[in-house]
Amino acid sequence: MGNATTTANGAVAAPLHTEEMTLNMGPQHPSTHGVLRFVVRADGEVMREAIPDVGYLHRSIEKIAEKVGYHGFMPYTDRVDYVCAMFTNQGWGMACERLAGIEVPRRGEFCRVIAAEFNRLASHLLSVGTMGMDIGAMTPFTHALREREMINDLIEELCGARLTFNYMRIGGVGFDLPPGWREKALAYLDHLEPILDEYNSLISYNKIYVERLANVGVITAAEALDYNLVGPNLRACGIKWDIRKDLPYSVYREFEFDVPVGKGEWGTLGDSMDRYMVRIREMYQSIGILRQALKSLPAGPVLAKVPRNFKPPAGECQIRVESARGDMGWYVVSDGTGYPWRVHVRTGSFAAMGMVQKLSRGLMIADLVTLIASLDVIAPEIYR
Amino acid sequence: MSLLNTLPDYVLTTKTDELLNWMRKSSVWYMLFGLACCAIELMHTGGPRADIDRFGASPRASARQSDLMIVAGTLTLKMALRTRLLYDQMPDPRYVISMGSCASCGGLFQLAYSVCDGVDKIVPVDVYVPGCPPRPEALTEGLLKLQEKIMTERWLVKGNGGQQVTAA
Amino acid sequence: MEAVRIYDRLKEKFGAGILEVKSEKALDPYCVVDPNALVDIARFLRDDGELAMDCLSNESGVDYKDRVEVVYHLFSYRHRHSAVLKVKLPRENPAVKTLEGVWKSANWMEREIFDLVGVNFEGHSALRRLLMPEDWVGHPLRKDFVEPLEYHGIATVRESPIIRLDAKKK
Repeated sequence: MGNATTTANGAVAAPLHTEEMTLNMGPQHPSTHGVLRFVVRADGEVMREAIPDVGYLHRSIEKIAEKVGYHGFMPYTDRVDYVCAMFTNQGWGMACERLAGIEVPRRGEFCRVIAAEFNRLASHLLSVGTMGMDIGAMTPFTHALREREMINDLIEELCGARLTFNYMRIGGVGFDLPPGWREKALAYLDHLEPILDEYNSLISYNKIYVERLANVGVITAAEALDYNLVGPNLRACGIKWDIRKDLPYSVYREFEFDVPVGKGEWGTLGDSMDRYMVRIREMYQSIGILRQALKSLPAGPVLAKVPRNFKPPAGECQIRVESARGDMGWYVVSDGTGYPWRVHVRTGSFAAMGMVQKLSRGLMIADLVTLIASLDVIAPEIYR
Repeated sequence: MSLLNTLPDYVLTTKTDELLNWMRKSSVWYMLFGLACCAIELMHTGGPRADIDRFGASPRASARQSDLMIVAGTLTLKMALRTRLLYDQMPDPRYVISMGSCASCGGLFQLAYSVCDGVDKIVPVDVYVPGCPPRPEALTEGLLKLQEKIMTERWLVKGNGGQQVTAA
Repeated sequence: MEAVRIYDRLKEKFGAGILEVKSEKALDPYCVVDPNALVDIARFLRDDGELAMDCLSNESGVDYKDRVEVVYHLFSYRHRHSAVLKVKLPRENPAVKTLEGVWKSANWMEREIFDLVGVNFEGHSALRRLLMPEDWVGHPLRKDFVEPLEYHGIATVRESPIIRLDAKKK
């Protein structure tokens, strides 16, 4: 606490009195990850601890499921994670299909994969853009939004909405690909790949950026498993785990892609720079999957025949989907009526926020923002 | 002959109220109050394609430096108390745009137990922008409507003492 | 390893602690355990070499009309198998020991279940409300939860502005 200091003429001055401050990083703040609140106990610039206080966007989506029924819940799943809404749609669709034993037609599965991978691209673009903005660099954000607007245009042609899509249905997807869409999508992918290289040369290897990110918020592999960290956060710790490859669902078995893992080449393994680079590399892999899917699209229907009064048999099931933020687990309990008895979503950001209190000890206040941005936390995923 | 007709072309005349209002409407700085999905569309509206910075609206982080609070997203009961606090921190004259259907009336979360149905229960709202989420073009139109509203305010009426008076 | 074989191994080791194993007509076979034996079973599942459940993937609280259940979904990254444990608790004052000492991810998940369903986790380091405001009364995900009419002066219902024109005709 107090350090005795020696003045120039050798006398010992009185010790410096320091105090711990309790600050509030309130629910409204310029970081773009949503309404998060931290009570920060800081000793000057270095934090003792940052205690997250959550719940400012709790919209009781799980309780609403019990009131609106299976088909009616699909728009609500978009709002669970609005940045990658296709994955939540897919998770809910897959859970209901598993309960009722419905099989999705092949073209429907391909449409699902195409929509999902485009959404993964859009989500990662937003994530790296806002990462730059939180560090203080405004330009990468505008670059990322420019590309994201083009993806939004494509998806708007497909399903009519820019952000909360409601594209998938129980048993397939809602709309087939419009004519000419395939060529536009392939042209966009050709346009995007060199832009990603330009992005890397703009920000990823920038000296200031690397110094802000390297060695900040290091998570070891054992900790990551203990805290149930998933997705790119887990892969950045060196664990090669991707549900699309290891527990494949839908038609991911038919595509060849690699799973990028953190290597610790800029700092320690499992730091923020690893998490950032894993997302950049995943974007390249998504472009590869999209090209394969668009080229080998089969013909046929996109939606299976599902009754309007959907009443799956009583039972319960769990489904895991690899969303852009990690493995999203859907647990659905059905009691045989047209309304689910209980729906529970466990998302990647929930686990990541659970770790923040422990990771924040010893970091500076500015590093807290970097940590949240690198964990790619989205507020509604935490409190649905 | 009126004095006006003798002035050369490069002299413009207007009313003081209109001049003041024109200056004020051309630099409405908004507070980043993005709560939920509409926050992403708010970011897109400030982004490269539908740029509201060309209307003078630039994002501010702090309530004390902003004229406009765009409530973008669902307002929960837990957040409602803080929203009132932030509104009170904004200096006069201040405006509120309620963006999206969740902020206007609760949206599709009216069935929820923890959602405040509409931000106008907490703060007075000037412009409601419907949509779920509203397109960037819709929010830009909302801002332009707010600018029209600002143009109708009277400042130099005797006896008002600087109060906002909106003439229809 | 299949889930049913995992439950057989648990039965050999814990005998009386395993109350029921449901595997027919269930998409994910589950095993109901005694609340008092839960922590030992969890520790065994995590530390045993063949089972190696290193991750608590999901923990949910479900309110049935006559009981409250806490469902644990476990997963092993090493062996790629999963298991489902359930604990059945009475509806008044449901209480069970915390699994925070076994898997740290249980910390926040149990806080959420305490907040929304009302299960008390004994031994938890910081059991307070997570999602609802601290002064909220009631546990919302219970089936008999009644929405309060107002909270701190804010009404929770919204009057509809629609005026039905055919109301007078009726």
